[in-house]
Amino acid sequence: MENAEKQKSEERVETPNLKGTLLSVLLLGVFIIVSWFGVFALFLSR
Amino acid sequence: MIATKLGISKSDSKLTMAFIYVAFISLFIGGLMGLLQTLVRSGSLSLPWGITYYQVLTVHGVILGLVLTTFFIIGFQYALMAKTVGISKKQRLYAWLSFIVMLIGTVMAAVMVLLGKASVLYTFYAPLQAHPIFYFGLALVIIGSWIACFVNFRQLYVWKKTHKDEKSPLLAFMVVINMVLWFIATLGVAAAVIVQFIPWSLGYAETINVLVSRTLFWYFGHPLVYFWLLPAYMAWYAIIPKIIGGKIFSDSLARLSFVLFLLFSIPVGFHHQLTEPGIDPTWKFIQVVLTFMVIIPSLMTAFSMFAMFEITGRRKGFRGLFGWFKHLPWKDVRFFAPMVGMLAFIPAGTGGIINASHQLNNVIHNTMWVTGHFHLTVATTVLLTFFGISYWLIPHLTGRKLTKKINNLGLIQTVIWAVGMTIMSGSMHISGLLGAPRRSAFSEYGGTAQASDWIGYQIAQAVGGTILFIGILLMVYIFLQLTFFAPKGQEEFPIAEEEVNAQPTPLFLENWKLWIGITIGLILFAYTIPFIDIILHAPTGSEPFAWPIGNS
Amino acid sequence: MHLHKFEKVWLIFGTGSLLLFLLVIGVGAFYKGTHPSSHLETIDLKNIESHEAFQPDNLGVTQVKEDQYIVNFVASAFNYDFGVDDNGKPLKKIRIPKGSTVLFQATTKDVIHGYQVAGTNVNMMLEPGYISRYETVMDETGEFTIVCNEYCGLGHHQMFASVEVYE
Ligand SMILES: [Cu+2]
Ligand SMILES: [Cu+2]
Repeated sequence: MENAEKQKSEERVETPNLKGTLLSVLLLGVFIIVSWFGVFALFLSR
Repeated sequence: MIATKLGISKSDSKLTMAFIYVAFISLFIGGLMGLLQTLVRSGSLSLPWGITYYQVLTVHGVILGLVLTTFFIIGFQYALMAKTVGISKKQRLYAWLSFIVMLIGTVMAAVMVLLGKASVLYTFYAPLQAHPIFYFGLALVIIGSWIACFVNFRQLYVWKKTHKDEKSPLLAFMVVINMVLWFIATLGVAAAVIVQFIPWSLGYAETINVLVSRTLFWYFGHPLVYFWLLPAYMAWYAIIPKIIGGKIFSDSLARLSFVLFLLFSIPVGFHHQLTEPGIDPTWKFIQVVLTFMVIIPSLMTAFSMFAMFEITGRRKGFRGLFGWFKHLPWKDVRFFAPMVGMLAFIPAGTGGIINASHQLNNVIHNTMWVTGHFHLTVATTVLLTFFGISYWLIPHLTGRKLTKKINNLGLIQTVIWAVGMTIMSGSMHISGLLGAPRRSAFSEYGGTAQASDWIGYQIAQAVGGTILFIGILLMVYIFLQLTFFAPKGQEEFPIAEEEVNAQPTPLFLENWKLWIGITIGLILFAYTIPFIDIILHAPTGSEPFAWPIGNS
Repeated sequence: MHLHKFEKVWLIFGTGSLLLFLLVIGVGAFYKGTHPSSHLETIDLKNIESHEAFQPDNLGVTQVKEDQYIVNFVASAFNYDFGVDDNGKPLKKIRIPKGSTVLFQATTKDVIHGYQVAGTNVNMMLEPGYISRYETVMDETGEFTIVCNEYCGLGHHQMFASVEVYE
């Protein structure tokens, strides 16, 4: 019983709300992709 | 059994401070040289007394890229090790030996540069030939740093013996990873300097194999940048959480990312040699793929940082998608400076991915873009984090306090740096895309329209460079305050803890034999065949050229 | 080792992007042949004229076909030798008609040099004992600055020339 309780609380802590984090890293990813293809386009155009 | 006492004693303070003195003196001299360069290149200054632009450039690169970084890192790492696993009397003696050997080497190289006998820039490419003492100096710096490696290895080993079933402290683990990385990487440049350059500069060897020397240099040159970066990551992963009132996001992931850096930051040097005629393009591409592998631990780090911030913020009760971000301790310079460094790593890392992208390298190779790139990586991300560390480490070592006033000066310093660097590095990136070459004194290139466009950006660089120099003066002032004048007191040495109920760190992460084995395996895979190729199909060697750099 | 769900999403997205970049440059390099300059061809440093391309008469611009040109040159501190113009003066401005395919072919007599035609993808290292080549199509008119972009000594910034692409 006690164990189950403890496990439950652990699970709660282990899946924190990271929505802001996800959005931040995805924005970072988009920045990388846009910049990379920008220079790639420059390479193709030259 | 007497366990070594943990924490920073008076003698430990002296040791680390010795390294930090050298680092800040270097910052001042190197920064001044940087200012001169941007002014010369904007066409608004010519150097007096026969000093050349390239001499100034050599001082700037060597003293900031090699001296400041290496001394700060090794000094900081000694402090981390003393704090987390302890240091014995004998180890401290060897640590001093490392300092002295490195310092002698630095002075030897510096004197040759100042005499104009070694204007070869910090990459010292053959067959340009500097004075032999310059190469001996470099060799001593490397050898001194090896002593530091073995002191750190020994420290963790001794700790482990008395803590059999415990995992090593996170920071000690990270320091040892960084020093293993450094040791393996410097073997390459040491081989070039000791086996190739020294005998050749003394005249014992008539010729030098240029491509071999470059390949050995870049075998070292890329892990060098990770040797700079990893101490910043140490602070991000294991110190910043404490400063913002949070916990380590994940001990295992932090260790895993460091392991990945060890594995993949060495077998990738060809991405600096992509436009060289003598290397097989297929092997270049293979190393490009390996380079992309080393991006993954940085992606992991980005997530860990944001997550650490978000969890801490939410725990403090800040809601919404970005409430946690708004409420970070922006007014605490110990957080603010490294945070600006982290943000700078977004464009810095992106630029790095572009640089390493095989044929895309043609667009930017040896242009000002590259200069702009590493002024974001090492001179912003890494340096601002080192400043962020200094704000608490120096007073901790000198028994003083980081006062509110100094804290606020630090905030201003960080803003000045961010503004100056945005202007300077931004215009470097743009002029690079337009074709402006790096490492060049002022020139109108026969008066072409392109060259006059570049000059416009070079003026912007001088403006940014001037702002940055003001930032350096302020930082040196802060350093002097923290070292000699701030009120006596106790400043915290912030080391973050794990969550109480954190998942246990898997043991395999500390299997050194495994990781070093894979590292060597990857290096052999990436280099053996192309290196043999380079040697077997080598043209006749190059005789020394001393006159082009004015060394004759 | 436990990974947060979102971290998995991020790592898949991130590694996926890296793979996409590799795919794009891989196809370019191996299918279209847009490798950076790497021709693995050596030359006798003491006697570069042993190679036909670098004999004085063959330096400079040579038309091979209707719209195909070869530009041979020799770099040395601090000069690019493109041969001489019609008046016997050192050639410093190369002229190429728009739309031509140009193969640049070079070596160095002394130290390492760079060679970039600013505003194009022509960017290569010139190293003692090796021949560097890069082929490109010049389809934009204008004057393009040729610069040495690898430090070669105190006169490094005085090492330049230009290409004019005309209609
Ligand atoms: Cu690199
Ligand atoms: Cu040059």
